[in-house]
Amino acid sequence: MNQREGYTDDVVKGFITWSIIWGVVAVLLGVVISLQLAFPQLNLPPYLTYGRLRPIHTNAGIFGWGIGSFMAFFIFITQRLTKTRLWSPGLARFQLYLFNVVIALAALTLMLGFNRSKEYAELEWPVALLVVVLWVIFSINIIMTIIKRKEEQMYISLWYIMATLVGVAVLYLVNNAAIPISLTKSYSAYAGANDANVQWWYGHNAVAMVLTTPPLALFYYFLPKSTGVPIYSHRMGIIAFWSLVFMYLWTGAHHLLWTPVPDWVQTLAMAFSVMLIAPSWAAVFNGYFSMNGQWHQMRENYLVKFLIFGVTFYGLQTLQGPSQAVRTFSAFIHYTDWIPGHVHMGTLGWVSLILFASIYYTVPKIYGREIYSVGLVNLHFWLAVAGQLIFSITMWVAGIQQAAMLHATNPDGSLHYSFMETLVEMYPYWHGRALGGIIYFASLLIFVYNIVKTVTAGKPAAVTQKA
Amino acid sequence: MLEKKPIIFLLIATGVILIGTVVTMIAPFKWINDPKLKIAEVKPYTPLQLEGRDLYIREGCNNCHTQTVRPLLADVERYGDYSKAGEFVYDQPHLWGSRRTGPDLARIGGKYPDAWHYKHMADPQSMVPRSNMPKYAFMQRPLDASLAERKMKALGFPYSQAELDALKGKSEMDAMVAYLQKLGNDIPWRKAARTTVAGDIKNPFRDDRSVLAEGKSIYDKECAQCHGNDLKGGVGPSLADLKQSEADMFKIVFSGSPAGGMPAFGDILGKERVWKVVTYLKSRGH
Repeated sequence: MNQREGYTDDVVKGFITWSIIWGVVAVLLGVVISLQLAFPQLNLPPYLTYGRLRPIHTNAGIFGWGIGSFMAFFIFITQRLTKTRLWSPGLARFQLYLFNVVIALAALTLMLGFNRSKEYAELEWPVALLVVVLWVIFSINIIMTIIKRKEEQMYISLWYIMATLVGVAVLYLVNNAAIPISLTKSYSAYAGANDANVQWWYGHNAVAMVLTTPPLALFYYFLPKSTGVPIYSHRMGIIAFWSLVFMYLWTGAHHLLWTPVPDWVQTLAMAFSVMLIAPSWAAVFNGYFSMNGQWHQMRENYLVKFLIFGVTFYGLQTLQGPSQAVRTFSAFIHYTDWIPGHVHMGTLGWVSLILFASIYYTVPKIYGREIYSVGLVNLHFWLAVAGQLIFSITMWVAGIQQAAMLHATNPDGSLHYSFMETLVEMYPYWHGRALGGIIYFASLLIFVYNIVKTVTAGKPAAVTQKA
Repeated sequence: MLEKKPIIFLLIATGVILIGTVVTMIAPFKWINDPKLKIAEVKPYTPLQLEGRDLYIREGCNNCHTQTVRPLLADVERYGDYSKAGEFVYDQPHLWGSRRTGPDLARIGGKYPDAWHYKHMADPQSMVPRSNMPKYAFMQRPLDASLAERKMKALGFPYSQAELDALKGKSEMDAMVAYLQKLGNDIPWRKAARTTVAGDIKNPFRDDRSVLAEGKSIYDKECAQCHGNDLKGGVGPSLADLKQSEADMFKIVFSGSPAGGMPAFGDILGKERVWKVVTYLKSRGH
């Protein structure tokens, strides 16, 4: 299966390189803004304040690191699963250039304050239009490759890939509808509670279509490749796929519990969020059962370690998420630091661990080299997991404490704490969060060093490699 | 079957995605825009307020401040009457936010006098010592209002030439404060929510020196930003030489004095702690 000739892998190399670069930027900015929360004097107005840098952090993470590497692996995986060369390598090279232009423009315009304010859809309309062009040429290239495929059966990963392509397109077009005022300013086409409901339909399904279906496509491909045994149940994968893409779209309003959005929309969102546990855990167990008789590989095969820890964080994430989507718990925990703790278990734990595994698998293959240092891979793994856990656990404790203080009342019904009394209690946790971020950033530098050394100084790979 | 037909697969997947989309995203437009939810008192933004709102968006204030009060005891006591759908009909985009690193601002309008906001925006720590908000002193620069008319037209808000002319010479800070003072203030919730103090107004701690320390600490946290650490005044008047009776002082602190820009502290502090502050202030008066 290791046919390098015939496949377009140069552009895969390009996307991997640039997504790593944007990933480093995203995590570095994350560390910076976590320190700004703890030490407000680190804000340097007007351009380098928390309010302007936080959207750059999220956009660089989701679009630069996330989408960038998904583009790499969709191109890599699709060619191999269809046994077909990419439909248009030229278009893919153009896509790589455009991708970097878009992400750089996004960072620059957000720093200048050109911001639509809708979370994960902040980019002003000219940049958003470029994103649409980027997505269209990417989708055409992948879908045409699939249509022209030489392998008739489409493996489950291709399902997730295709769902991602249409899902992102629908979400992005609807939520970015705007009334342009100038090149750098527009207003949302929707108002008030409508706008909020559209935004969180988008916001939560960005989690579905960018942070769930693509890593699942990668997981279903790279887990069997890494272990050498097939996935436990194709049928369970299919059932989980359809129920996942059906149920996810109903859940956006769990971000809007107790707001003026109609109650029945909130209730539906709450119910479907709880139901989503089933398809999420079907994927998790499909992963676990595939390890039957192979658990020893957790010791011997670092790829498996990343993948199984990643899917475990996915499992925890998809239990915690539905619990937050229940009205009573949301009333307590929403708007506190618990939420960033939750989000970062998904991004730093689930998505990034899957991406690390995919990169560790792919880079030696497409460069024809062996990994430079397995020791450094393991160090990277443990530092990343430690950094992420310190981050998330700190934020969960912080969130519970602040929520409890905000809701505390005196016997006469008055509030026991002022807002500031609850805020000052957050400082120690914010220091802890920054520490977790710094450890994660350190793990990322080790990862980058190892990848660079693999490409430049790795031993040439043995000819017969276990595929 | 589907495993072999990518085009049919794509169409079916799109259809499946659209079911939840239609029910929970498209259908609610009808419910949210129900005429019954309209609130007559809610007015569109003036050109100055709209410029302020755009600055709020430019600076990403929504990354730390929400703008929806939930119908929960803690939210309503801390921030005011819970938010209604009809209050947001002119908000394109909505600015409800997702994280309260700072307090909710849905009802900040009218809570503090303008002078408080100018000082606080320029240097938050001078008003709230341990706040982690960035300093926005640079917003004292002139406001660029070149797009103001086009914005009002695009959103269909009424405006007059006089309002546009008045934008000349305004600073970004002026616009920001004008916006903040409008927030949540269209409906007369403050009047409706005013607690009237019933029954005997008598200080349970009169001459009780043991509560002075707590009274002072409440003063330092809640009052000093406007009335000064030494009671000499600042944004608010000096309290160094008060002539009012204890009962009158209690009423002002508990229910506020909207004409003078004094917020009500009754919901936040409760009766007992208000009396402790009053006791402390009285002890300083002699």
